[in-house]
Amino acid sequence: MSIFYYLIFPGFLFISIVGLLTAWFDRKITARIQWRKGPPIPQNFRDIFKLMIKEVVIPDTANPTIFLLAPAIALATAILAATMLGVVNMSYEVSFIGDFIVFWYILTIPSIMIILGASASGNPMSSVGASREINQLFAYELPLVIAISTVLFKVGSIGFGDILGYQAINGPFLYSISGVISFIVVLLCIQAKLGLVPFDAPEAETELGAGIFMEYSGVALGAFKLTKAILLYTTPIFLITIFWGGIKVSGFGILWVILKYILIVLLLTLIRNTNPRLRIDQSIRFFWGTMTMLSIVAFILTMFGL
Amino acid sequence: MKETIIPIGPFHPLLEEPELFTLRVEGETVIDVDVKIGWNHRGIEKLAQGLTWDQVPYLVERICGICSTSHPYACVLAMEDILAIKAPLRAQYIRSTVGELERIHSHLLWLGLAGHFVGYNTVFMWAWKYRELVLDSLEHLTGNRNHYAMFKAGGVRRDFSQKAMDFTLKSIDGVEKALKMFLGVVSDDPVLKKRLVGVGILTYEDAILYSATGPTSRPSGVDHDVRRDAPFDAYDKVDWDVIVLKEGDVFAKAACRILECLESVKIIRQCIEDMPEGEIDAGVTDIPPGEGCGHYEAPRGEVFHYMRSDGTGYPIRHKIRAPTFNNLPTFKATCPGAHIADVALITASIDPCYCCTERVGVVDNTGMKSVLTQDDLTKLSVERTLAIRKDLGKLTWDPYSKLL
Repeated sequence: MSIFYYLIFPGFLFISIVGLLTAWFDRKITARIQWRKGPPIPQNFRDIFKLMIKEVVIPDTANPTIFLLAPAIALATAILAATMLGVVNMSYEVSFIGDFIVFWYILTIPSIMIILGASASGNPMSSVGASREINQLFAYELPLVIAISTVLFKVGSIGFGDILGYQAINGPFLYSISGVISFIVVLLCIQAKLGLVPFDAPEAETELGAGIFMEYSGVALGAFKLTKAILLYTTPIFLITIFWGGIKVSGFGILWVILKYILIVLLLTLIRNTNPRLRIDQSIRFFWGTMTMLSIVAFILTMFGL
Repeated sequence: MKETIIPIGPFHPLLEEPELFTLRVEGETVIDVDVKIGWNHRGIEKLAQGLTWDQVPYLVERICGICSTSHPYACVLAMEDILAIKAPLRAQYIRSTVGELERIHSHLLWLGLAGHFVGYNTVFMWAWKYRELVLDSLEHLTGNRNHYAMFKAGGVRRDFSQKAMDFTLKSIDGVEKALKMFLGVVSDDPVLKKRLVGVGILTYEDAILYSATGPTSRPSGVDHDVRRDAPFDAYDKVDWDVIVLKEGDVFAKAACRILECLESVKIIRQCIEDMPEGEIDAGVTDIPPGEGCGHYEAPRGEVFHYMRSDGTGYPIRHKIRAPTFNNLPTFKATCPGAHIADVALITASIDPCYCCTERVGVVDNTGMKSVLTQDDLTKLSVERTLAIRKDLGKLTWDPYSKLL
């Protein structure tokens, strides 16, 4: 059964399709904002399929083992994280103590793999990209963890089951002041995690080529692209799970979830289309300054029960 | 900290044209920058010497796809300098209108690219959408979106129709609205300000030292504009201002360009509204012996053409200096100390046009391409002469041997 979960639903197959559709939605909205026509729905699927049949070029300077393992592990862990989230939402009972922490660790691994893969490629642009990705990872993790711990503090547990159960009884966390503040903080941190503008310095097409992905081609690049698409699915679902009451399949519940999901993706897309790219030092200052302050404020408000 | 060398180019997604920036970097801070051009020799000056006086404006139009009016403008001014005549009044107004429309389209193009370089693709697309209005007007007025083929010595080739002028007046209203919106975006957006303010400052002293021109120097406080300082055509007959700012950073350069576009809108409106009736061509048949200079304020700065005639149908010398030639060395002043992420922006901020600047590039025997100095060229030339003489068996006395 767990193999089915991992590979079919709510695992690999399902999230790949939803993730790529979400990526299409993001591209289409972007195009409409920019007065372009935008790609047709199957475009992202075509891109991935085409990458799958392309040759993988390994640069002479690269360490081939790490260079090729990195995208594979990134994809596998991204699927694992998404599956965990899906399964937990399907029934609260499968949740175990501390699965939230496990999920959190797993969700960090794709970023680390991107850093490893980029460093292993031996390209100077990629290594600059990797160093920026590391900086950014450290920058957004701090406010992110503080903002999320407001939720954990309220629930008094580190299990997904408890978080969802608490919200089922007391209503979503989003409907409180501290909830709104931490939601905003987490949303912006997710923007950085997904590498979207204004936090796309590691890829910075116009400065570093594609930075971290510069030397990748073929299946390996496809794996990274798919990882990004899956993360684009996972992170809004994660937001819904911990802040917005989780996924309820019964009745109109599923419609609500889809609406919430689309709204969050729309927010991410709008942010990325109305901002220029921040320099890496500016984004670190942003996360360690403003965002950390905001998340601490949210935490203090939580202690007063707001 | 360890010093890294980061090459940008010769082929790089940032660059539309082939050139090589070698950045010496410590961490993410740039210590020094070296620019190498010469991947794109085009031989325009040599070609010009083989064309008739009528054909040369067409050729120089193709130096740059963006400032495709500035080069023929300077070129026909040089010819008129030899002739010592001026174009008829109506032709003067037509010339200035085309020149200013081109300035707006060039600056909007730059604004879009600058947006793209800071990852703000929405600005990129929007700027280019409004640029379409300008290109449409140019198509109505001249028949072409680019490469208008309007200029000839002593006048212009085509007259403006009233319908096209009405269309232009209407579309520049739209452009003016868009420009004011962009001005608002640039001056109000806090994130954009963070990226642009205080980045790549070119001081007044450096601007003078490196002889920067145009919108590279004016934001640094250099009050210089060929259109005002050496007035020609309609520029002293209409009311407009030269935009001079103080800060010299990328933000000032962006603001300066947008404000300049608004001035251009003013000029176009006056030119079209006051368009005099009359001839558009002075009927020049041939160019007498002599030499002449023409300069025009291209969107990127002063463009300079020198032409010499010996009374035949062809120019015997045609020298061109594109504005990027002057603006390029300012990187030495603006890049060191900057963050690596800002280099793309700083290099873009002079609105470079490398292919227009390129004059000489040589492929040596090993296939390695390089830019050669005067000495290298002399040496190559002497070697070649010696080889030919050897082949002809005439090498009895060798005056060049001491040069080698």
